[in-house]
Amino acid sequence: MASATNKFSGFNLFSLALGLAFLYLPIVILVIYSFNASRLVTVWGGWSLRWYSEFFNDRAMLDAAWMSFRVAATSATLATLLGTLAAVALSRGRRFKGRALFSGMLYAPLVMPEVITGLSLLLLFVALDAERGFRTVTVAHTTLTMCFVAVVVQSRLGSLDSSLEEAAMDLGCDPARAFLAVTLPLILPAIVAGWMLAFTLSLDDLVIASFTTGPGSATLPIRIYSEVRLGVKPEINAICTLIVGLIALLIIAASFAAKLSNARGDSAAPL
Amino acid sequence: MAEELPNVEAAPAPKPEPPVAIAPEAVVTEPAVAADMPLLRIEAVVKKFGIFRAVDRLSLDIKAGEFFALLGPSGCGKTTLLRMLAGFETPDEGRILLDGKDIAQVLPHQRPVNMMFQNYALFPHLSVHDNIAFGLKRAGMARSEIDSRVAELVALVKLDGLGKRKPDQLSGGQKQRVALARSLARRPKVLLLDEPLAALDKKLRESTQLELMELQRRLGMTFIIVTHDQEEAMTVASRIGVMDAGRLDQVATPRELYEAPASRWIAEFVGDINIFEGQVESREAGRLAISTRDAGTVIVAEPRAPITRTVVSVAIRPEKVKLSRRGPVSDAVNAHAINRLEGTVTDVGYLGGLTVYKVKLDTGAVVRSSMANTARLDIDAYSAGQRVVAWFTPDDCLVLEQ
Repeated sequence: MASATNKFSGFNLFSLALGLAFLYLPIVILVIYSFNASRLVTVWGGWSLRWYSEFFNDRAMLDAAWMSFRVAATSATLATLLGTLAAVALSRGRRFKGRALFSGMLYAPLVMPEVITGLSLLLLFVALDAERGFRTVTVAHTTLTMCFVAVVVQSRLGSLDSSLEEAAMDLGCDPARAFLAVTLPLILPAIVAGWMLAFTLSLDDLVIASFTTGPGSATLPIRIYSEVRLGVKPEINAICTLIVGLIALLIIAASFAAKLSNARGDSAAPL
Repeated sequence: MAEELPNVEAAPAPKPEPPVAIAPEAVVTEPAVAADMPLLRIEAVVKKFGIFRAVDRLSLDIKAGEFFALLGPSGCGKTTLLRMLAGFETPDEGRILLDGKDIAQVLPHQRPVNMMFQNYALFPHLSVHDNIAFGLKRAGMARSEIDSRVAELVALVKLDGLGKRKPDQLSGGQKQRVALARSLARRPKVLLLDEPLAALDKKLRESTQLELMELQRRLGMTFIIVTHDQEEAMTVASRIGVMDAGRLDQVATPRELYEAPASRWIAEFVGDINIFEGQVESREAGRLAISTRDAGTVIVAEPRAPITRTVVSVAIRPEKVKLSRRGPVSDAVNAHAINRLEGTVTDVGYLGGLTVYKVKLDTGAVVRSSMANTARLDIDAYSAGQRVVAWFTPDDCLVLEQ
């Protein structure tokens, strides 16, 4: 997209269109077919909102959606809390022994295959004899998303001028108050962005959720996946369109929050 | 540097140092309180980072109402010392006494000391008003009281009408004023200024220096400024401590520092200077004759502190080296003792207020001379290639042993 010249040459335009089509054409088709009146997924039968109303009357599907929403909201909140604390400890605390190891371990889940995370958590829950369901999925998603929050918050903290907190202490704040009065307001946009990122990741996770959930508490992705195995109903298209819409909204909100955070950061930087 | 002679930092005398052959200048308002105990006493303070001693057994007394400058090249430990006074660093050894109480281990927020940071460290999410009010709120002041105090400070630093702005809507000079007002708000016993003017351009910096001095005099507060800019230190401070490698090499008034530096290093660090190395040949009637390779035999006034070595440096500031076509006018009292060096002008640097000449002596050495341009049409200006006599009196020479 970033061409060296200001003008789009024909070739650049073509490759851009090709790239975007590759990414978004399937989704566009999905969205269009969610308004399909026909019962058959592949046959166009005119515009209709029939499958949306079908979804809103599908008890099992709605339960799964509610379950997913609760898991995402709870795990994102927990992950934000823990991830922020970890980021603060890593960037503000004095250099402690094993700091590099600790930060490496914090970020390992970023690159860990989900199957391994899921399986190891399953083994842990079985060993602990924990009843699998809402709680276990929430814990699993918290471990998955915490590192993402930590990355976002830590990068924000890194760009903050450390003399700001010193100035607050100089003006009469103890270290805890200095953090609350100065640092927290400045990293808040990053924390919000981290929460939304965690929420989105939790909402669309299938692999870890299917390892760690129990009977009767399927999340939406699990529910959709099992429906699709029995044959794709146009209702699935409608659900997916709603999810795409929700996630797009969250991503836009998160990027606005990050932008706001950076704008504040610029003025915090030394001259 | 300081093996031979006991220097200032080894003996923190509460009394002022004896004047060094210089008329004591009119000092800034010095409150004549019980002058026995200084406001701030730093006693043999050591700060180590690993094996590196950033501050090395440094002692210093600062009186109430002083404007004190810590001057030194970067990495000399001056900022570390300031941060220890503010409480951001804890000394490994020694004591810091403020009003007789040891504050070395006291946390920053419990010290009656405030700091103005080099990059100002304004809170970007707070308005100018809230930045200045920040420390007052922590002190539990009533709202109406805070508002009137902030208004007073805003007027003091001439920021009227900008109270609602955020820091990123201010110019560099305005930010500097907000930072100053914020650090003054709690009426600290000592105000620490860490390179406060480094980010300003030259013109603004010079006018701000004067404002800072006036402010300090008006408030009667004790200011300690850290700077690497010797002109800035000389302009604002009533006393200057020159630091190098974690130690104070000399503590003196600006005039003493310039006219009677304690060492060759300080002489070269503070201002420009010509230096000739030589040996003491004879001494009579308060005059020393020193034979140098570069300038022949130079007659100098014998310094108060007796010279113990034979190998010394003769130092002379460029503005004390006069040029003339034929030598000094003969009605000088000690005409016979005036030092005359013959040479050729090689470089002429016109700086407006003064002109700096480089004169290549017949011995091959180069002497710098700066002359004030007191007349608009200067018939006495010299040009490159011209033969001149550079001359100076014995009293204008310094003899440095180290």
